Amino acid sequence: MKPFTYERPGDVSTALALVAEIPGARFLAGGTNLVDLMKLQIEQPSHLVDISRLPLRAIEDTPEGGLRLGAMTTNSQVAADPRVRARYPALAQAILSGASGQLRNKATTAGNLLQRTRCAYFYDTTKPCNKREPGAGCAAIGGIYANTAIFGASEACIATHPSDMAVALTALDAKVETESGAGEARVLAMDGFHRLPGDTPHIETELRPAEMITAVVLPPPPPGGQIYRKARERASYAFAIGSVAVAGGKVALGAVAHKPWRAEAAELALAQGASPAEAMAAELKAARPDGHNDFKLKLMARLGAACLTTAGAGDDQ
Amino acid sequence: MKTSFTLNGQAASLDLDPRTTLLDALRENLGLKGSKKGCDHGQCGACTVLVNGRRINACLSLAVTHEGDEITTIEGLAQGEALHPVQAAFLEHDAFQCGYCTPGQICSTVGMLQEAADGWASLATQDLAADTVLTDEEIRERMSGNLCRCSAYPQILAAIRSAGGVA
Repeated sequence: MKPFTYERPGDVSTALALVAEIPGARFLAGGTNLVDLMKLQIEQPSHLVDISRLPLRAIEDTPEGGLRLGAMTTNSQVAADPRVRARYPALAQAILSGASGQLRNKATTAGNLLQRTRCAYFYDTTKPCNKREPGAGCAAIGGIYANTAIFGASEACIATHPSDMAVALTALDAKVETESGAGEARVLAMDGFHRLPGDTPHIETELRPAEMITAVVLPPPPPGGQIYRKARERASYAFAIGSVAVAGGKVALGAVAHKPWRAEAAELALAQGASPAEAMAAELKAARPDGHNDFKLKLMARLGAACLTTAGAGDDQ
Repeated sequence: MKTSFTLNGQAASLDLDPRTTLLDALRENLGLKGSKKGCDHGQCGACTVLVNGRRINACLSLAVTHEGDEITTIEGLAQGEALHPVQAAFLEHDAFQCGYCTPGQICSTVGMLQEAADGWASLATQDLAADTVLTDEEIRERMSGNLCRCSAYPQILAAIRSAGGVA
């Protein structure tokens, strides 16, 4: 690791001011991804502002009938919450299908959203990567690596977002609450929170510099079934090679794009009376596999149709 | 940077480079070599310790973030000469070959049994509303963050089953 300094402020406004003022400063939450990337010198913060103990650790009912997940709630805490399990089973399943028990005890709601891709060429510092060094090129394009995007990729980047939790949050139409500077607050839709790579794959979300996620808000659960299912290369404790979240008539796909992929074409087809298989076929028309990841077409068609059938999506049309 | 925490019931104070992981502080600064450095990237579980009763990967946690925490390592599980029930179960069921992953497996088991006692679900839980029942499938899923390259998994499963799972 490169040398850095560390402090643990006692309130959100101090933390925001520190990261805004100190060049190279970063927020530290659970650290399960950031510390790992610091060991590899892919991340090189000059100063860490530890926000893990800030009073952002509650799960609260909202007046609308939803839930507000504090930014520093742990993945374990959210997945264990009886309200989440009863009303947002797709979210509980998504969280429990990610990482390991040890990691979920540390990893936070906000940190999960901000984790970096697991693209092998992002981690291989001997190879060019436009995320690590903008303009350097992308070794994954034409490289020997299959867990890449089939939707929304660019000539600069074909990486995928690795989160399971974020896929369920996208299908559930969650909102991300943030704060920055002098108490300025914003609310971002989950579907628009992460960006497609375009020419700037190093800019992964709509967060501004020194802006902090303070909570993720779930709207009331939609009518209809929910499910999250994940395909991976071993039975447990591996990143997805494809995943599907269904919540009512909403569908999101994981490990297929630079962001959790909202399957709007599939949703539209379902609303018009299409079968689960037809809805997935409609979505996958826009897919652009690159040779190495062609398997994702068949995988997502089958996984998606199975999830839509199990969740009963489209049954009321 | 000055950091103090409780380690296996005793006060510990250190002056650390902020880069020091909890695992390195335990092994190199405090001389407790039980927690193992396998992958050093949170992928193998050999460094698993308990912080405030919950299991974490000590390799991915900066020691300076643990001010005031209660940390329990494999060295702190036994009560004098009396082994912790999970340690005794691992011995009884010969739940290791080379033994390198064992401290992490045992600490992870202790944390996992508490999670199950607290009613936490896992991906193997069919009914998220039902009480937790530690079937073999549940134990395997909940312990997937601890790898054993000797593949002593059948004996590890048997040890955990006898220590707290469903017979």
